[in-house]
Amino acid sequence: MKLLYFAWVRERIGKPEEEIELPTAVKTVGDLLGFLQERGEEYAHALAEPKAIRAAVDRVHARSDTPLTGAREVALFPPMTGG
Amino acid sequence: MDAARIIVQQEDFDIEAEVARMTDGQPDVGAVVTFTGVCRHEHGKLAALELEHFAGMAESEIRRIAEEAARRWPLTGVTVIHRYGRMRPGDRIVLVVTASEHRHAAFEAAGFLMDYLKSRAPFWKKEHLRDGSVGAWVVARAEDELAAERWQDNGGSTAMRR
Repeated sequence: MKLLYFAWVRERIGKPEEEIELPTAVKTVGDLLGFLQERGEEYAHALAEPKAIRAAVDRVHARSDTPLTGAREVALFPPMTGG
Repeated sequence: MDAARIIVQQEDFDIEAEVARMTDGQPDVGAVVTFTGVCRHEHGKLAALELEHFAGMAESEIRRIAEEAARRWPLTGVTVIHRYGRMRPGDRIVLVVTASEHRHAAFEAAGFLMDYLKSRAPFWKKEHLRDGSVGAWVVARAEDELAAERWQDNGGSTAMRR
Protein backbone atom coordinates (compact mmCIF):
# COMPACT_ATOMS: atom_id res chain seq x y z
CA MET A 1 0.00 0.00 0.00
CA LYS A 2 1.11 3.54 -0.73
CA LEU A 3 1.31 5.89 2.23
CA LEU A 4 1.48 9.68 1.89
CA TYR A 5 2.40 12.11 4.66
CA PHE A 6 1.81 15.86 4.81
CA ALA A 7 2.86 18.90 6.90
CA TRP A 8 4.34 18.03 10.31
CA VAL A 9 3.48 14.34 9.91
CA ARG A 10 5.75 14.34 6.82
CA GLU A 11 8.49 16.28 8.64
CA ARG A 12 8.48 14.02 11.68
CA ILE A 13 8.45 10.77 9.71
CA GLY A 14 11.10 12.24 7.43
CA LYS A 15 9.65 11.35 4.04
CA PRO A 16 6.69 12.38 1.90
CA GLU A 17 5.62 8.87 0.88
CA GLU A 18 6.49 5.18 0.94
CA GLU A 19 5.24 1.74 -0.08
CA ILE A 20 4.48 -0.60 2.80
CA GLU A 21 3.42 -4.23 2.96
CA LEU A 22 0.67 -4.42 5.58
CA PRO A 23 0.06 -7.46 7.77
CA THR A 24 -3.43 -8.90 7.32
CA ALA A 25 -4.31 -7.91 10.91
CA VAL A 26 -4.27 -4.25 9.84
CA LYS A 27 -7.87 -3.78 8.74
CA THR A 28 -8.74 -0.13 9.51
CA VAL A 29 -7.16 3.32 9.56
CA GLY A 30 -6.87 3.01 13.35
CA ASP A 31 -5.06 -0.33 13.00
CA LEU A 32 -2.68 1.29 10.51
CA LEU A 33 -1.77 4.07 12.96
CA GLY A 34 -1.05 1.47 15.65
CA PHE A 35 1.07 -0.58 13.25
CA LEU A 36 3.09 2.44 12.10
CA GLN A 37 3.76 3.60 15.66
CA GLU A 38 5.76 0.40 16.16
CA ARG A 39 7.95 1.01 13.11
CA GLY A 40 10.39 3.35 14.81
CA GLU A 41 10.97 6.44 16.85
CA GLU A 42 10.11 8.88 14.08
CA TYR A 43 6.75 7.18 13.50
CA ALA A 44 6.01 7.03 17.23
CA HIS A 45 6.80 10.76 17.46
CA ALA A 46 4.69 11.70 14.43
CA LEU A 47 1.70 9.60 15.47
CA ALA A 48 1.95 9.98 19.25
CA GLU A 49 -1.48 11.60 19.41
CA PRO A 50 -3.76 9.61 17.11
CA LYS A 51 -6.58 12.11 17.76
CA ALA A 52 -4.48 14.84 16.10
CA ILE A 53 -4.06 12.76 12.94
CA ARG A 54 -6.47 12.96 10.01
CA ALA A 55 -6.56 10.38 7.25
CA ALA A 56 -7.78 10.05 3.69
CA VAL A 57 -8.27 6.67 2.04
CA ASP A 58 -7.95 6.86 -1.75
CA ARG A 59 -8.30 10.65 -1.46
CA VAL A 60 -11.54 10.68 0.53
CA HIS A 61 -11.65 11.75 4.21
CA ALA A 62 -11.71 8.73 6.50
CA ARG A 63 -12.20 7.93 10.17
CA SER A 64 -10.27 5.65 12.44
CA ASP A 65 -12.80 2.83 11.86
CA THR A 66 -12.74 3.21 8.04
CA PRO A 67 -11.78 -0.18 6.54
CA LEU A 68 -8.71 -0.45 4.32
CA THR A 69 -10.18 -3.26 2.22
CA GLY A 70 -9.25 -2.66 -1.41
CA ALA A 71 -7.57 0.67 -0.64
CA ARG A 72 -4.54 1.59 -2.72
CA GLU A 73 -3.41 4.73 -0.93
CA VAL A 74 -3.71 6.20 2.56
CA ALA A 75 -2.71 9.78 3.39
CA LEU A 76 -1.97 10.85 6.98
CA PHE A 77 -1.85 14.50 7.99
CA PRO A 78 -2.62 17.03 10.74
CA PRO A 79 -5.96 18.87 10.92
CA MET A 80 -6.23 21.07 7.82
CA THR A 81 -5.64 24.82 7.82
CA GLY A 82 -6.71 25.93 4.36
CA GLY A 83 -8.84 28.86 3.34
CA MET B 1 -26.01 25.15 -12.45
CA ASP B 2 -23.07 24.25 -14.69
CA ALA B 3 -20.18 22.42 -13.09
CA ALA B 4 -18.42 24.41 -10.39
CA ARG B 5 -15.18 26.10 -11.48
CA ILE B 6 -12.50 24.72 -9.14
CA ILE B 7 -8.87 25.74 -9.54
CA VAL B 8 -5.86 24.92 -7.37
CA GLN B 9 -2.86 26.92 -8.53
CA GLN B 10 0.28 28.76 -7.49
CA GLU B 11 -0.54 31.96 -9.38
CA ASP B 12 -2.68 34.86 -8.20
CA PHE B 13 -6.23 35.27 -9.54
CA ASP B 14 -8.23 38.05 -11.22
CA ILE B 15 -11.34 38.79 -9.15
CA GLU B 16 -12.97 41.07 -11.77
CA ALA B 17 -12.62 38.40 -14.45
CA GLU B 18 -14.09 35.74 -12.15
CA VAL B 19 -17.10 37.94 -11.32
CA ALA B 20 -17.62 38.68 -15.03
CA ARG B 21 -17.73 34.92 -15.76
CA MET B 22 -20.72 34.66 -13.40
CA THR B 23 -22.75 37.40 -15.11
CA ASP B 24 -21.76 37.55 -18.79
CA GLY B 25 -24.62 36.25 -20.90
CA GLN B 26 -26.58 35.18 -17.80
CA PRO B 27 -29.37 37.71 -17.32
CA ASP B 28 -31.04 35.60 -14.60
CA VAL B 29 -28.18 36.34 -12.15
CA GLY B 30 -29.12 38.97 -9.58
CA ALA B 31 -26.41 38.52 -6.96
CA VAL B 32 -22.70 37.74 -6.95
CA VAL B 33 -20.82 37.36 -3.66
CA THR B 34 -17.03 37.15 -3.50
CA PHE B 35 -14.87 36.23 -0.52
CA THR B 36 -11.11 36.76 -0.67
CA GLY B 37 -8.81 35.26 1.97
CA VAL B 38 -5.59 37.25 2.43
CA CYS B 39 -2.26 36.47 4.13
CA ARG B 40 -1.97 38.54 7.35
CA HIS B 41 1.34 39.74 8.81
CA GLU B 42 0.31 38.58 12.33
CA HIS B 43 1.23 41.85 14.07
CA GLY B 44 4.43 42.23 12.11
CA LYS B 45 6.03 38.89 12.98
CA LEU B 46 5.28 37.04 9.76
CA ALA B 47 7.48 37.21 6.62
CA ALA B 48 5.58 34.59 4.65
CA LEU B 49 3.17 31.69 4.82
CA GLU B 50 3.97 28.49 3.00
CA LEU B 51 0.92 26.57 1.86
CA GLU B 52 1.40 22.84 1.40
CA HIS B 53 -1.39 20.88 -0.27
CA PHE B 54 -2.34 17.33 -1.22
CA ALA B 55 -2.44 17.79 -4.98
CA GLY B 56 -4.32 14.60 -5.69
CA MET B 57 -7.14 15.43 -3.30
CA ALA B 58 -7.45 19.22 -3.01
CA GLU B 59 -9.45 19.76 -6.18
CA SER B 60 -11.75 16.77 -5.71
CA GLU B 61 -12.49 17.68 -2.09
CA ILE B 62 -13.24 21.32 -2.96
CA ARG B 63 -15.49 20.09 -5.77
CA ARG B 64 -17.35 17.85 -3.33
CA ILE B 65 -17.94 20.86 -1.05
CA ALA B 66 -19.05 23.05 -4.00
CA GLU B 67 -21.49 20.39 -5.18
CA GLU B 68 -22.96 20.18 -1.70
CA ALA B 69 -23.44 23.98 -1.72
CA ALA B 70 -25.21 23.72 -5.08
CA ARG B 71 -27.55 21.08 -3.64
CA ARG B 72 -28.44 23.28 -0.68
CA TRP B 73 -28.93 26.64 -2.42
CA PRO B 74 -30.34 27.65 -5.82
CA LEU B 75 -27.02 28.84 -7.25
CA THR B 76 -26.31 29.82 -10.84
CA GLY B 77 -22.55 29.45 -10.39
CA VAL B 78 -19.74 28.58 -7.95
CA THR B 79 -16.03 29.34 -8.37
CA VAL B 80 -13.31 28.44 -5.88
CA ILE B 81 -9.65 29.26 -6.53
CA HIS B 82 -7.19 28.14 -3.85
CA ARG B 83 -3.51 28.95 -4.12
CA TYR B 84 -0.53 27.03 -2.75
CA GLY B 85 3.15 27.91 -2.36
CA ARG B 86 4.71 30.90 -0.62
CA MET B 87 2.46 33.85 0.28
CA ARG B 88 3.63 37.17 1.64
CA PRO B 89 1.46 39.42 3.82
CA GLY B 90 -1.11 41.07 1.56
CA ASP B 91 -1.11 38.22 -0.96
CA ARG B 92 -4.45 36.67 -1.75
CA ILE B 93 -4.78 32.99 -0.84
CA VAL B 94 -8.31 31.93 -1.68
CA LEU B 95 -11.25 33.20 -3.71
CA VAL B 96 -14.85 32.03 -3.43
CA VAL B 97 -17.46 33.40 -5.85
CA THR B 98 -21.11 32.42 -5.62
CA ALA B 99 -23.92 33.65 -7.87
CA SER B 100 -27.68 33.31 -7.66
CA GLU B 101 -30.92 34.99 -8.63
CA HIS B 102 -31.32 36.53 -5.16
CA ARG B 103 -28.73 37.55 -2.57
CA HIS B 104 -29.45 35.21 0.36
CA ALA B 105 -28.45 32.05 -1.48
CA ALA B 106 -25.18 33.63 -2.66
CA PHE B 107 -24.26 35.01 0.79
CA GLU B 108 -25.05 31.80 2.64
CA ALA B 109 -23.38 29.52 0.12
CA ALA B 110 -20.17 31.60 0.25
CA GLY B 111 -20.09 31.31 4.06
CA PHE B 112 -20.76 27.58 3.89
CA LEU B 113 -17.98 27.07 1.34
CA MET B 114 -15.40 28.95 3.41
CA ASP B 115 -16.35 27.15 6.63
CA TYR B 116 -15.89 23.79 4.94
CA LEU B 117 -12.72 24.75 3.05
CA LYS B 118 -11.08 25.68 6.37
CA SER B 119 -11.49 22.27 7.92
CA ARG B 120 -11.80 19.84 4.99
CA ALA B 121 -9.70 21.06 2.07
CA PRO B 122 -6.24 19.40 2.35
CA PHE B 123 -4.02 22.47 2.80
CA TRP B 124 -1.57 23.25 5.62
CA LYS B 125 0.08 26.57 6.45
CA LYS B 126 3.59 26.98 7.81
CA GLU B 127 4.85 30.30 9.14
CA HIS B 128 8.15 31.89 8.10
CA LEU B 129 9.09 34.62 10.55
CA ARG B 130 10.64 38.01 9.87
CA ASP B 131 13.71 37.19 11.95
CA GLY B 132 14.55 34.57 9.31
CA SER B 133 13.53 31.54 11.36
CA VAL B 134 10.96 29.00 10.33
CA GLY B 135 8.01 29.18 12.67
CA ALA B 136 5.40 26.61 13.48
CA TRP B 137 2.71 24.95 11.44
CA VAL B 138 -0.49 26.91 11.88
CA VAL B 139 -2.71 25.05 14.34
CA ALA B 140 -6.26 24.29 13.27
CA ARG B 141 -8.73 26.31 15.29
CA ALA B 142 -11.57 24.53 17.05
CA GLU B 143 -13.82 27.42 15.99
CA ASP B 144 -13.26 26.52 12.33
CA GLU B 145 -14.35 22.95 12.95
CA LEU B 146 -17.43 24.20 14.84
CA ALA B 147 -18.20 26.70 12.09
CA ALA B 148 -18.41 23.82 9.62
CA GLU B 149 -20.45 21.68 12.00
CA ARG B 150 -23.10 24.34 12.53
CA TRP B 151 -24.21 23.90 8.91
CA GLN B 152 -25.13 20.31 9.70
CA ASP B 153 -27.91 21.42 12.01
CA ASN B 154 -29.72 23.75 9.65
CA GLY B 155 -29.33 22.03 6.31
CA GLY B 156 -30.63 18.60 7.11
CA SER B 157 -28.00 17.02 4.89
CA THR B 158 -25.64 14.45 6.33
CA ALA B 159 -23.56 14.21 3.18
CA MET B 160 -20.65 16.18 4.65
CA ARG B 161 -20.54 14.41 7.99
CA ARG B 162 -17.30 12.66 8.86
